[in-house]
Amino acid sequence: MAKKQIKSRKKPYLKVIILGLISIALYVAIFTNEVYVRETWALGGVYAALPIITVFIFSFIYGSFANYVFVLLGIEAKKK
Amino acid sequence: MSRVKKSLPVVIVAIALLFLLAEPVFAAGAIEVFKGNRFIELTLVNTLFLFVVGFIGGLVSGFIGSGGAFVLTPGMMSLGVPGAVAVASNMAHKFPKAMIGSYKRYKYGQVDLKLGLVMAVSATVGVQLGIKLQQYISHMWGAAGSNLYVSFSFVLVLITVGGYVFYDAWKIKKTGGVEGTASLAQRLQKINIPPMMHFKTANLTISMWFTVPVGLATGLLAATIAVGGFIGVPGMMYVIGASSLVASATELVVAFLMGLTGSIQWGMVGMIDIRLTLIILAGSLFGVQLGALGTTYVKEHMIKVVMGSIMLVVAISRGFAIPEYTNQLGLTSVADQSVQLMSNISFVIMVFALGMGAIIILTSMFKEMRNKKPAAEVGAGELEKAVNQR
Repeated sequence: MAKKQIKSRKKPYLKVIILGLISIALYVAIFTNEVYVRETWALGGVYAALPIITVFIFSFIYGSFANYVFVLLGIEAKKK
Repeated sequence: MSRVKKSLPVVIVAIALLFLLAEPVFAAGAIEVFKGNRFIELTLVNTLFLFVVGFIGGLVSGFIGSGGAFVLTPGMMSLGVPGAVAVASNMAHKFPKAMIGSYKRYKYGQVDLKLGLVMAVSATVGVQLGIKLQQYISHMWGAAGSNLYVSFSFVLVLITVGGYVFYDAWKIKKTGGVEGTASLAQRLQKINIPPMMHFKTANLTISMWFTVPVGLATGLLAATIAVGGFIGVPGMMYVIGASSLVASATELVVAFLMGLTGSIQWGMVGMIDIRLTLIILAGSLFGVQLGALGTTYVKEHMIKVVMGSIMLVVAISRGFAIPEYTNQLGLTSVADQSVQLMSNISFVIMVFALGMGAIIILTSMFKEMRNKKPAAEVGAGELEKAVNQR
């Protein structure tokens, strides 16, 4: 019974692929424009918003990607 | 969902309050801003180093509520990153990591949001006190005196608190792995000095006059030795009376709020190197989620085992850094080569401390995961074993 339940649960392949691709695109966008980004993001003053917003965006997208990778691998929290 | 909605205004007010409280630190120029070339060249080796340390640091902080900074900041500096940029870039990765970690652990029912907010606001005041104290010491005994004070408090706090945490974990293991409320916390909870504060998830009521000092001490230590969590988590466990699960999860809320306000401040003076932050984040967002879900498998005393062991090893590491400062103050005359060697040993031991923490977490987590396989799988395995034996 337990085995059947595990088998019937869908693996989030599509989510992993989509979020993974968006994460790669974001990293590529930043690191192909490395010089511009590192200088502009460190201009100080109101430009402080740039690094803060960037890390929030990466956390939500890349963080969700990491979460679904663990689900895909079957590494999930123990249900109480 | 309604609980999140209800807490949102409180979180916003707390962030605003933290920002106002943190402002004087930068306005007074208490933080030294670096004015040269801030950016290092990224190579494959240093990128991999940041990614791996980010993952391990994330794993440890997702599990015990703090950790990683004590290796990442000196590690970045050893790669040639200026001190202020290393601190700022580390802080900018710490708050989103703590946000994801605390969200995960909130979902597991381990976070006490109210306790986290009270701790964060009082810790921010503690940071101000810590900086004032540092400035006074620096004024009286110069930079070497200040460094000696930092290393000495590091060793003293880590050995005393870390030793006690480790002893407590050993005691719990001996008595069957059941964690009770610390006796000091039990006594303090009985003292009725208004205003009394009730913390729902932590399931305790205690006077504000015992809660706020724990936050103050966390901030004071955060300003001094940059790892406030090493006093915040034990403070929540032994003074306030929260369980190790709730204390370590709540510390992530404190780290998020303090890290966010700190990062905004560092960003305003242009010290964040976003490239370094994003590389560390790539590792730590995986690590922190693995560490957080690990807490749902292991026995509660494992959090104390990991925390105590890391604190004790880091204390030894910092001990090796002391001769450099006593030399500068003219108290000792250890040869320069030996000082350099001890400084390198100090860093290697710190890396070892973090790696050791990660190994303990992963080993105990996967061991428990294997033990808690679904019943059908276990049944099939047992049957197979029985057949093979015949």
